[in-house]
Amino acid sequence: MLRILHQIFRTGVVTEPLPEQVEAELAHVGGRLEEAIRRRFHRSLVIREVDAGSCNGCELEIIAMNNPIYNCERYGIQFTASPRFADLLLVTGPVSINMEIALKRTYDATPTPKLVVAVGDCGCHGGIFGESYASLGSVSNVIPVDASIPGCPPTPFDLLNGILRLIDGHQP
Amino acid sequence: MNSLRNTIMTHFGTTASLCLGTCPSSVPQILVPREQFEDVGWVMKKASARLAAEWGVDETLLGRQYAVLACFAQDAEYLLVRCDVPLDDPAFPSLSKKHPPAFRFERQILSLLGLTPTGHVHSDLRPWIKHEDWPPDAWPLRKSFAAGQQMSRVEGEYKWVRAEGEGVYEIPVGPVHAGIIEPGHFRFQAMGEDILNLEERLGYTHKGIEKRFEQLSWKDGARLAGRVSGDSTVAHALTYCRAVEALVEGNVPPRAAWLRAIMLERERIANHLGDIGAIANDAAFAFFFYQFMLLKEHVLRGNKRLFGHRYLMDRIVPGGVAVDLSADGPSLIEEEIISLLAEFERIVKIYDLNASLDDRLRGTGILPAETARELGTVGFVARASGQPLDCRLQAPFSPYDRFPPRMTVLNSCDVHARAWVRIEEIRDSIRLIRELLATLPTGETSAPLKDVPPDQSAFAVVEGWRGEIVYWLHSGPEGEINRCAIRDPSSVNWLALEQAIHGNIVPDFPLCNKSFNQSYSGHDL
Repeated sequence: MLRILHQIFRTGVVTEPLPEQVEAELAHVGGRLEEAIRRRFHRSLVIREVDAGSCNGCELEIIAMNNPIYNCERYGIQFTASPRFADLLLVTGPVSINMEIALKRTYDATPTPKLVVAVGDCGCHGGIFGESYASLGSVSNVIPVDASIPGCPPTPFDLLNGILRLIDGHQP
Repeated sequence: MNSLRNTIMTHFGTTASLCLGTCPSSVPQILVPREQFEDVGWVMKKASARLAAEWGVDETLLGRQYAVLACFAQDAEYLLVRCDVPLDDPAFPSLSKKHPPAFRFERQILSLLGLTPTGHVHSDLRPWIKHEDWPPDAWPLRKSFAAGQQMSRVEGEYKWVRAEGEGVYEIPVGPVHAGIIEPGHFRFQAMGEDILNLEERLGYTHKGIEKRFEQLSWKDGARLAGRVSGDSTVAHALTYCRAVEALVEGNVPPRAAWLRAIMLERERIANHLGDIGAIANDAAFAFFFYQFMLLKEHVLRGNKRLFGHRYLMDRIVPGGVAVDLSADGPSLIEEEIISLLAEFERIVKIYDLNASLDDRLRGTGILPAETARELGTVGFVARASGQPLDCRLQAPFSPYDRFPPRMTVLNSCDVHARAWVRIEEIRDSIRLIRELLATLPTGETSAPLKDVPPDQSAFAVVEGWRGEIVYWLHSGPEGEINRCAIRDPSSVNWLALEQAIHGNIVPDFPLCNKSFNQSYSGHDL
């Protein structure tokens, strides 16, 4: 136990020391994000992540958003296990035909008002997989999308930035 | 080295023949008559070879028919055995009688290419990857099937394995899971908390990757291979590129080979770090999760600084690598390694001494050594169940022939073993990177490759962080991609998860699943 406490104190708050440029940007983005979340979602934005057929690269970065360095929870962003509690669906693609029905059901299970963000090049426009017998391409081909965050995969910073822009009412 | 080949040749005599059109630098391919294909399974079983992969190919563009290929491996030897399958009788003898992994390989061949496995043991012809609402005659890997066509949905029902009895109930999970993970469906039959049976049903992320390859150039194929499973982008791209290089008899410059190995080991370290943390997190120990995630983030940032991409996507190209390490690169890596290693060892010590974690991880999710061998498991899952398999040792390529990894094999076969093998592998990968940096050659980072000749095939294996990745490439009449068959380690290791779960309780499933951490996308293709 002492070792754990020691390690925790040794580690300290790592959320601060980001590379200078990213830190400045993140502080700016994060501050605005926090404010927007406070104003529009009563301090808490709850996200349900849906992998609709991705290569799992985008998932790695969405998980990294939760690591102590990006620490998205400090802005009131939480990930939920159920679409029933979600304000926002973060959907990675391309949408496979085998996930089409599950994605639509998840969308229907999310209470309105709801937001949908398409993540990654594949979620935005099908990426290298394109549209085929097995892939329906972009998320917007299947459910209505409010914002897109391109990238292969988008970095945690891109993700935070994209969510902010949507909530703040500025489409990138 | 040629013992499997000799075994087959001796057994079949003049009825078997060595195939032409296989590149000499690739592994040998032996053609046997279709009716004797099942005997191959039996002969290989007797020779203690494992079935590493099995796939089908449509060769009608070359004026031929269908073919089924099986890849067997034993120690350092890989062997491909094929049988031709006529267009008017698309069926082939099943290998599943002697080789359990064949069940899923053959269901996949039936689903995607429409070749029916026959033989009295193959009772399971349910579609695999292809879901029941696809038209039954949709066989995407046939040349007559247009990649861009839209399929209509049909009525259909998947027949699950059922369990009945007083107190037995069923838990369906997925495809959309609770965490930030990929989609798949698991169905448990349980009694109280005890799991009686687990049946997986995958295919949700099938996006037609193998068919997509056939529309791409060899160069763009490397980008697609890098997106078969995003967390193994280096390993998949490398296996693909090695197969392309075998196809044209091309060599990569030494510096490129070294940089590829450095990237492959960095990918191993990053994923192992993240997963060890995630295993602890599934035992409700968030401390380790955040500590290991922090270390992983440092490696990812190092990747970005050194090679320009956090996950090293598109850094490996046919003929070499797309980026060079800058002059100060080695000293940056050494600096990074020193701080990483110190922090890592401190956390591992806490991990090792923690009794409550020990209690959750030891004896949980046991995959007996015998089962691991029977199912042909690979990678760290196999090594944690007593199987000394690592194709960096068994199928080494430069620079692994000069710098062999030190393999860790454990025999406790549980979640703890699967995590501990990975702790040791992080240490060994760090050692390898240091040795590679100390001997990093100077010179070019890529070499031009010749055009791919028509109707040639080549094979490559690479040990990614999950285990052995298999690629088989075949060129068409114009020297284009006719077939790219992929076997991710997950394809065999998913079978092992179903077996490891027996006798465990439902709340331990996430822990067991995380200790395997299979790729859904790499399996579903």
